[in-house]
Amino acid sequence: MISHLLNARLIDPMTGYDGPGALRIANGQIDDVIKGPSPDVAGLDCDGKVLAPGLVDMRVFVGEPGARHRESFRTAGAAAAAGGVTTFVAQPDTTPCLDDPALVQFALNRAREAAEIKIHVMGALTKGLEGKQMSEQQFLLDAGALGLSDGDHVIPSAKVLRACMAYAKGLDALIAPATQDPSLSNGACATSGEMASRLGLPAAPAVAEQIALQRDLALVANTGCRYHAAQLSTAGALAPLSRARSEDLDVTAATSIHHLTLNELDIAEYQTFFKITPPLRSESDRIAMIEAVRVGEIDVICSSHNPQDEEAKRLPFEEAASGAVGLETFLPACLRLVHADQISLLRLFECASLRPSQRLGLDSGRLVPGAPADLLLFDPEAPFVLDREKLSSKSKNTPFDRQRMQGKVLGTWVNGKRVFGG
Amino acid sequence: MFAHRHLLGIAPLSPQDITQILDLSDRYVDLNRQGAKHVDRLSGRTQINLFFESSTRTMASFEIAGKRLGADVMNMNVLASSMNKGETLIDTAVTLNAMHPDLLVVRHQNSGAVDLLAQKVNCAVLNAGDGRHEHPTQALLDALTIRRRKGRLHRLTIAICGDIANSRVARSNILALLKMENRVRVIAPPTLLPSGIDRFGVEVFTNMEEGLADCDVVMMLRIQNERLTGAAIPSTREYYHRYGLTREKLALAKPDAIVMHPGPMNRGVEIDAEVADDSKRSVIPEQVEMGVAVRMAMLDLLAHNLEKAE
Repeated sequence: MISHLLNARLIDPMTGYDGPGALRIANGQIDDVIKGPSPDVAGLDCDGKVLAPGLVDMRVFVGEPGARHRESFRTAGAAAAAGGVTTFVAQPDTTPCLDDPALVQFALNRAREAAEIKIHVMGALTKGLEGKQMSEQQFLLDAGALGLSDGDHVIPSAKVLRACMAYAKGLDALIAPATQDPSLSNGACATSGEMASRLGLPAAPAVAEQIALQRDLALVANTGCRYHAAQLSTAGALAPLSRARSEDLDVTAATSIHHLTLNELDIAEYQTFFKITPPLRSESDRIAMIEAVRVGEIDVICSSHNPQDEEAKRLPFEEAASGAVGLETFLPACLRLVHADQISLLRLFECASLRPSQRLGLDSGRLVPGAPADLLLFDPEAPFVLDREKLSSKSKNTPFDRQRMQGKVLGTWVNGKRVFGG
Repeated sequence: MFAHRHLLGIAPLSPQDITQILDLSDRYVDLNRQGAKHVDRLSGRTQINLFFESSTRTMASFEIAGKRLGADVMNMNVLASSMNKGETLIDTAVTLNAMHPDLLVVRHQNSGAVDLLAQKVNCAVLNAGDGRHEHPTQALLDALTIRRRKGRLHRLTIAICGDIANSRVARSNILALLKMENRVRVIAPPTLLPSGIDRFGVEVFTNMEEGLADCDVVMMLRIQNERLTGAAIPSTREYYHRYGLTREKLALAKPDAIVMHPGPMNRGVEIDAEVADDSKRSVIPEQVEMGVAVRMAMLDLLAHNLEKAE
């Protein structure tokens, strides 16, 4: 079956094209990319709106198995489709965690049954995410895990991490750890500084991230493994990162959209929807991260979607669960940077679609013949006020509730099939 | 006019609010010194003292304050262990709220917990200390003590010395004393100073001798036992040597400088017994006396606003 998407503004981060055009879709793939005036054929008129590869989100927490009251694959899939995310990678922090090949298969099967978008998983780097015993890397990868990570958990022992990395090198596996020094960050719920001190909240210094990243990068140099810093948030992490690149280490890094659009001042009223891990940073860190995204020091923007139910958030700030949903606000939040002229639309789709896809070894994130027709049609200008009750996620813990946003998803396609809009 | 529904902290108060509270407190000091200490200001009102963290002094002070004003006072000790039975802070608040209290005095170990609770109840909420955030009645009683002793509450040099990082008393006092246009100094080892303290509008000293020079008021803070076992200070004897208030160190302050402490004191750790018990310099018992009066004034003002709302 052949169909056309016509009169669009195409954004292709692969070829760097931003201009008018049309796509011909056949058998779930992009069959032809027509740049310039659209041909006079039957098809969907995109009315000059932006047609781009669907977003690829490297860091999403789903409550399945174990916490479907927070989010199931069905609701996460619906939220992703509504947000223009056509592929995401679920983190292994579930109950039980994904440290066993059978659990990886179970999660992938459930995801396939319940969701229309493409869902992959990371396998646990250590058994039980405890940071002690290496998991069965080969079996997890054979079961379908795209890489290995302990999610939000940090491996305290350099010895264990080094062994995991050396073993992963032998399998050419990607490992994607969180980078917060646990001896500094355990028990903290804010970043050290004036705001945390005024609020009287236990805080960790921003340097906790730099310390952990430096350790990891020293071990990457030592073992030669493929490494992806799952979520960086501080200016101090950028220098070690660029030094690692200059040494030709196989290193990439991501930041979350929340760390690009919010800062520590947002927690001023003890609003627990702004409690995330790592905690929101200073404005100068936020600006440094945006600049790092712009110039390419940071490769990937992720949503770090982390659904938490009302009960877990209706607690004193210190006690409340950490995390914010992000799948459905991913695009409009990213567009804040575009509307502020901080990054271009092309760069946005490089960071939130092409680069993550490439790093994960997938073939999406690009508008080229032969690529899967995983597409996103959106109006970058359309304004709206976010109402959290209208989110498709089972949990509604968004930090953007009642905020003005700009950018609406009009349609989402996965393998040529429309999964949202229309 | 005092227009607040709750007393959640010093931060929301204006200098005029503070002056009004202290003026009314002065009148309650007079009442408390009489034989018959009872007025019917809060007659028919229900006051619940809800303490999630153990306290004898503050709870007793609030209880006496409420009783002298004629309120029906109930004390509830909900220690952290029983909260773990699955009942959240909000559940507790909603349950108590259904019993129609008028005044709810709350202490909680988490910063911001009292603010959270105040959003869920219909009565007036008084913060009796939340985590490391605020302890507004302590700052007000300190302000009253200073004003009565020094004859004014502005253009004084006041040093706060000790565990600033973990102290809600320090935070509330810094806010209150700066609002009233005083020079505030904090004195502590760097490990007991909160990060970003240089942006609080205070002068920061790590050397106690320098910090005490020419002060009108020396406010000492208690060193919590858990700090002694952590990495913040090497030992009590080294702490006493560097930051303990002795007669020699006090001599660097103004000759008429007063010494304050929120209690309970560790004599021989942050303060020498000789200084603590010197009735010419130490106003520590007076602080306790002012505490009852300030709490009566706060209960009175908030009850007045309840009447207006009803």
